[in-house]
Amino acid sequence: MRVMGSETEYGIHAPSAPGANATMMSARIIQAYATVTRQRAAGGAETRWDYTDEEPLHDARGWTVDRAAADPSQLTDQPPVLDAEAVALAYGRQELELDGADESGSLLMNMVLGNGARLYVDHAHPEYSSPEVTNPRDAVAWDAAGDVVALATVRKVAADTSLPAINLYKNNTDNKSVSYGSHENYLMPRSVPFGDIIRGLTPFFVSRQVICGAGRVGIGQDSSTPGYQISQRADFFEAEVGLETTIRRPIINTRDEPHATADKYRRLHVIIGDANLSQSSNYLKFGTTAMVLSLIEAGQAPKIEVHEPVQALQTVSHDTTLTATVRLLDGRRVTALDLQWMYYEAAAKLAQETGVADSVSGDGHTHDVLSRWESTLTTLGSDVGAAASSVEWVAKKSILEGYRNRDGLDWDDARLGLVDLQWSDIRPEKGLYYRLLTNNRMLRVVDDADITRAVTEPPSDTRAYFRGRCVSRFGRDVVGASWDSVIFDVPGLGKLQRVPTREPLRGTRALTGALFDRHQEAGPFLAELLGQNPPPAKA
Amino acid sequence: MAGQEQQQPQSRETEAEVDVPEAPPAAPEAQASEATQGVDDLLDEIDGVLESNAEEFVRAFVQKGGQ
Repeated sequence: MRVMGSETEYGIHAPSAPGANATMMSARIIQAYATVTRQRAAGGAETRWDYTDEEPLHDARGWTVDRAAADPSQLTDQPPVLDAEAVALAYGRQELELDGADESGSLLMNMVLGNGARLYVDHAHPEYSSPEVTNPRDAVAWDAAGDVVALATVRKVAADTSLPAINLYKNNTDNKSVSYGSHENYLMPRSVPFGDIIRGLTPFFVSRQVICGAGRVGIGQDSSTPGYQISQRADFFEAEVGLETTIRRPIINTRDEPHATADKYRRLHVIIGDANLSQSSNYLKFGTTAMVLSLIEAGQAPKIEVHEPVQALQTVSHDTTLTATVRLLDGRRVTALDLQWMYYEAAAKLAQETGVADSVSGDGHTHDVLSRWESTLTTLGSDVGAAASSVEWVAKKSILEGYRNRDGLDWDDARLGLVDLQWSDIRPEKGLYYRLLTNNRMLRVVDDADITRAVTEPPSDTRAYFRGRCVSRFGRDVVGASWDSVIFDVPGLGKLQRVPTREPLRGTRALTGALFDRHQEAGPFLAELLGQNPPPAKA
Repeated sequence: MAGQEQQQPQSRETEAEVDVPEAPPAAPEAQASEATQGVDDLLDEIDGVLESNAEEFVRAFVQKGGQ
């Protein structure tokens, strides 16, 4: 359907050690996974990140921000450095020279996983960036795989009783004025003018929270107004368009870091979404957004403009009855559901014209996205509460309302705040989302078996396949990797070999599977890949 | 779609969570509204897994900024 992927920054908290350094705790999480994977894959499945092609200051509107003028948090192309003091604060003095360090003596802050994902310390949070996938079903599977990875790290950390246990939360705010992101990435042709993207996406982003918001207790960045709202993120957005992701957050982010052949592609970096545990909301988030991008590329996005979109975004989020209206520049007043229906109709029409939704000759995904999108909007339009099994903010609200009714709690009661927080605890025995899932109250889009497989296996139909297989198979000889490269250090070769992977749809199983089958050793594998040897006759 | 058929109450296979918060038993006058129908029986299960001392736990959850 389209190359896409997710990024999740987890909330991190050690209840027995409040105030512990978040960056160091995050490093402990990454380190824990390195230990887990070392146990699983002989030779080690962890590989360093290659920062060569990171360009966080390139703006899609055609300029580059001066490093000196950028907020320090924007400089994501430098490996983070931890000083001894920070290490000591989080680990205790005696830990300085051992376990946490790899052979070169520094803490592991960045890993490439055998499933093609990246796991690393982003500012003060552990982040899982999924491998590139081609459809929303796989996006859900490999995003949920990140939650399983996160769970494995939490278990590993908890097993060491000499250090504080760490909880991870798949949410986006601490409700004390701090937010952290859940991002989506979509591959687009560079030829689409960025102005079209801004115009076509803004009304969609103002309204899509009604199907994929994760719900939040409290109104305002610091939650000072009691209440419940649809989105975790809405109150933290302050601009319509911009390069920043940590300050003055914009509805449309212009970071132009394609991680691919730059004159052909752009990677649209979407920062406005909530992290989703609900598979149905997550599926709709990726599926509908991908379809809207197709609308924009075809020049068929609804010709509408929302008046003051930042304000409108918050108006929509603060109204759980879905009856609030926002003003369009043509003077009409419409609800968020009206906006969603306009996009749905346009997307259904385009799919009809191009045939992608055809049950036989279609792409195998568009039909399902359209059908779930339509039924979710229909349900939300007739009885909001009836969408609880498919829409995350409605599901969370049903539990909160249950407590309010049973125990007579006001919205500012700490127990409701706890329900909101613990909804996203990634441990199945503690996370309230998982309690609902176990009770068959949440719709599944992918099987548990698919998620389990996605923890260790890369998607087969993107370059993530090549990256993941290289890491799993040749981990010992892979010294670095990134979205668009894998770097080998093969004994005897004398120099590093950097294999560029700048085409997201190459490096697939179809193109490289046989090559992996033929070679157990990195040297001959590389030699054949780089054309230095004729392929052996036998498979 | 919302109210699937009720499963038998899940046994609490949770890690030892000694002091369950002092939630009063279901108030008889609490009417299940449409939106919460079928949810109340789940609340008992959730009571058993909620962190104790909600106020302190929520207050201590302080994050550094992110993207």
